[in-house]
Amino acid sequence: MALLQISEPGMSTAPHQHRLAVGIDLGTTNSLVATVRNGTSAVLNDAQGRAMLPSVVRYVDAQQILVGEIAQRNQNDDPINTISSVKRFMGRGLSDLGDTSRFPYRFMTDANTQTVQLRTAAGVKSPVEVSAEILKVLRTRAELSLGGELVGAVITVPAYFDDAQRQATKDAARLAGLNVLRLLNEPTAAAIAYGLDNGAEGVYAVYDLGGGTFDISILRLSRGVFEVLATNGDSVLGGDDFDQRIFCWLLEQNSLSALPASDMRLLLTHARTAKEQLTEHNEARITAMLSDGRVIDSVLSQAQFHEMSNNLLQRTLQPLRRALRDAGLKVADINGVVMVGGATRMPQVQRAVGEFFAQMPLTNLDPDKVVALGAAIQANLLAGNRGEDEWLLLDVIPLSLGLETMGGLAEKVIPRNSTIPTARAQEFTTYKDGQTAMSIHVVQGERELISDCRSLAKFELRGIPAMVAGAARIRVTFQVDADGLLSVAAREMGSGVEAIIEVKPSYGLADADIARMLQESGQYAKEDMQARALRELQTEANQLVDAVKNALAQDGGLLTETQRAEITAQLESLQNSLQDSDAQVLKRAITALNDVTVNFAQARMDKSVACALAGKKISDLEI
Amino acid sequence: MSAINLDFKQSFFQLFGLAQSFELNLLLLEQRYRALQLQVHPDQAAHLVDTQQRVALQQATFVNEAYQTLRSPLRRARYLLKLNDVDTQEETNTAMPLDFLMAQMDLREAVIEAQQQRDVTALDNLSAQMQSETRELETQVAAKIDGEKDYLAAAELVRKLRFMEKLAEEIHAAYDEIDN
Repeated sequence: MALLQISEPGMSTAPHQHRLAVGIDLGTTNSLVATVRNGTSAVLNDAQGRAMLPSVVRYVDAQQILVGEIAQRNQNDDPINTISSVKRFMGRGLSDLGDTSRFPYRFMTDANTQTVQLRTAAGVKSPVEVSAEILKVLRTRAELSLGGELVGAVITVPAYFDDAQRQATKDAARLAGLNVLRLLNEPTAAAIAYGLDNGAEGVYAVYDLGGGTFDISILRLSRGVFEVLATNGDSVLGGDDFDQRIFCWLLEQNSLSALPASDMRLLLTHARTAKEQLTEHNEARITAMLSDGRVIDSVLSQAQFHEMSNNLLQRTLQPLRRALRDAGLKVADINGVVMVGGATRMPQVQRAVGEFFAQMPLTNLDPDKVVALGAAIQANLLAGNRGEDEWLLLDVIPLSLGLETMGGLAEKVIPRNSTIPTARAQEFTTYKDGQTAMSIHVVQGERELISDCRSLAKFELRGIPAMVAGAARIRVTFQVDADGLLSVAAREMGSGVEAIIEVKPSYGLADADIARMLQESGQYAKEDMQARALRELQTEANQLVDAVKNALAQDGGLLTETQRAEITAQLESLQNSLQDSDAQVLKRAITALNDVTVNFAQARMDKSVACALAGKKISDLEI
Repeated sequence: MSAINLDFKQSFFQLFGLAQSFELNLLLLEQRYRALQLQVHPDQAAHLVDTQQRVALQQATFVNEAYQTLRSPLRRARYLLKLNDVDTQEETNTAMPLDFLMAQMDLREAVIEAQQQRDVTALDNLSAQMQSETRELETQVAAKIDGEKDYLAAAELVRKLRFMEKLAEEIHAAYDEIDN
């Protein structure tokens, strides 16, 4: 295949086969997969027509792993084993997470990499493994939908992700059996989707407030070139934090403390619903019953919410100013502001960004989908499906790379916002006679003190020929590739011996680790993906059957005879299909039962004290 | 895509087909840079075998390095002097004219003071002053390198420009600090 691609322009007339490639937005809250079909980028839906896969993984036991809505639905009942917002833990150590008591998980630390791990019903899991479960579902969805194996995938990452977070993301994708064509920065992906669609030219700011991360990128778009001028952000700030503010307010309002994990989860879910309601409404009422029977009933106004979240908004403006300064631009130089991420739906966010840039931000894109759509477009290009259009993407490294020097100071080797790929060589020498080893400490960050930067790798260069002090010349080369990932090579020059040492930062998984993990999860990898999809549908069907039965038992009185008969008929039909091994039949039966229960769900909602989940199907309700 | 073979031994000027001088048509440089990256960037090789991807990585890195070097006046001057076998001695030669050093000290103290006072207007003024002095030095560099071919005099100007770059970094950091 590869040889086919190398032909003189205009010489190759045989149209080569379309190679299946996808873009995946691995989000804090939701994940999506998209692809380019017939020249158009489109998000791929699941069997139920849903585009967004909640980034939630539940380890029921050693065998059963649930991903997405199925996992999210029972989050309140099994919070310890239901991992949400795992993106926040990628490539992080325990100390990075701050107060871990706000999470309902059992954390551990990996002895080798010092990164976070989670103790679950299925054993100890790393954030990489949890993310891989999400990616596997998206991969299966794509392969079923496109009818073939994927050539590769572009996975998006927050622009402000450091090397450890990027490496963890790439490892997760490989663990999910994906060939990573590129790690693409989320705002850059959005710029591609927006820019190609609108033929945009000029300087654009992409304001990307996701579930757990914030990015700002300034790009220059001109004649097929997307050039990132500067990027900045906050990798621990996102829509989740707005939920958290409401959650804390709820605790305060109701004088609550030391809640069990399930109650925390319950109130967080309600806090998120309230946040979403406040986008459209002036106030939101939050009612919930805690496990000890206490009833929460609070009303939050938009004004109160804006006030309590104002400093979160201010925290996004500081990276904005820095990015502009790094790009050497003023607010007036910005031709347009693209809004990305579900959290940018909040009116106070749009207002603050509009005021900062003195112009209305562009909101004609679906902020939830634009990143996946852009990633799919880039994946299509990278897979070698050349269309009429060709474009060049010039991205940057978000944080400076440096080395520890005497006195615990960081010396910058590659400054932030350098266009990638890039490399820099630095020469070192020995300071003692006969010295044969030397230790090198690579850090990432902007601060002067090593202790304020993120430690990426510490390694020893051994086997330096013994010479008098200062005679050995060791050349260390730092290479940052197009994924923004670092590798280090060292070479001894002085003796004429050129020993090249390739050093990967210590936290990444070695290829052998990936192979081992793939083997361990062999039962999934080897399994026919059709079978996997069927099993997921069966689990979903079983849960739906249970939910409907419960609802009928509790609130059957709300139904007319005809309605009840209709629901019972579909219920039986679904139960019968469960014996069947045809995914299509099962899918149709699930949809049918969901459809006939819409009004029932509505009636139950009206009856209950619950929080305006109008129009949702029974399966969407937390029962 | 056509796989091209870049000669890593050629000068950055040769790479972009530009005359070897300090005065440079930056627009043309940018155009040629983009045209080259369109051919060698790793994105063009993502679907090819590993070895071809590695070549793309090396070539794109080389082209980026060349572009960044020629685009920055200080780095361009330093590079031109290196091509003419003149070491700018930025680390070793500390013999600077006393009045220049005094002026630099004053400027840096002013930056620290502006930062402590959180005085953005003062920083703006210092930034403008730094930029105008930098441009003045660059004009002199052009005269020494392109005109008189007095590379030793140019090397001293490069050392001065290095001071200005440090100052620019400190002003930048001061803005960031005020923001915190």
